[in-house]
Amino acid sequence: MPENSAGTLAPPPAAKPKIKPPRRFAGTLYRGREGMWSWVLHRITGIAIYFFLLVHILDTSIVRISPQAYNGVINEYKTPLMGLGELALVIAIGFHALNGLRIILIDFWSVGARHQRLMFVIVILLWIVLVAGFAPRQIMNIILEAQGHGSA
Amino acid sequence: MTTETIPAPRSSYTPPRKRRVNWEKWGWLYMRVSGLFLVVLIFGHLFVNLVSGAGVRAIDFAFVAGKWADPFWMVWDTLMLVLALIHGANGMRTVTNDYAHRPILRKTLLGAILVSTVVLLVLGILVIYTFDPCPSNAIAGTLPAFCKAH
Repeated sequence: MPENSAGTLAPPPAAKPKIKPPRRFAGTLYRGREGMWSWVLHRITGIAIYFFLLVHILDTSIVRISPQAYNGVINEYKTPLMGLGELALVIAIGFHALNGLRIILIDFWSVGARHQRLMFVIVILLWIVLVAGFAPRQIMNIILEAQGHGSA
Repeated sequence: MTTETIPAPRSSYTPPRKRRVNWEKWGWLYMRVSGLFLVVLIFGHLFVNLVSGAGVRAIDFAFVAGKWADPFWMVWDTLMLVLALIHGANGMRTVTNDYAHRPILRKTLLGAILVSTVVLLVLGILVIYTFDPCPSNAIAGTLPAFCKAH
């Protein structure tokens, strides 16, 4: 069988090489998609929290001047506008804290970098749960304060 | 029949390097270690001040005096102050280095961060440890209940 032995040596029948269309840019750990957006959010929330911290140390320091001066300032924190500001603060802190834990796991957990996308999804889910738990409580306190129910 | 010692190949003379403290490395590590503590400290702080009881409505001078009558909360707040302020300042240092390209602007901003951090750390620590829960200049009704003994 000459054709048989020759067949084994010949190159396989020319199948058309499959060329996949270029896929969408899948990103890296830091460029594009989850890696970059988590970094952007981490930076924005971090800067916002920092400026709140500066103000918060100063307003708390007023306890050292007189009780009435402190009460006057802290009453501003109980207005509806500032109440929503505190909600925004907790939202920012919630993301910064959860994503911070993700960063620690990426850096110190042996397979952390491999699971960074999944961990980002978990961060977002836990963030939603945290905000959903806090927001009703805070809005209730804002409304009760506006209706004149103080510390009780 | 002498034993020959063959020098290791390609081992050129390297002058001993001067060991310097790698501040960027320690800063990097500080962000992670302090961050871990701050998650517990700040969520605890937020729970006690904004969630439990009447939340933000309960906060006034007497509330603070009640907390700082307990050394536990003094230490808690001191740790939070020191860890958070340095964590935040180091973060702002990173942001400044990223965006402030002009050397004069960059140095000015870094200097402002350093000065404000030192001033606020000293102020905050003084406030916590020189705090008087029953000051004589208080208007009636602003003091915590335990001041009546005075």
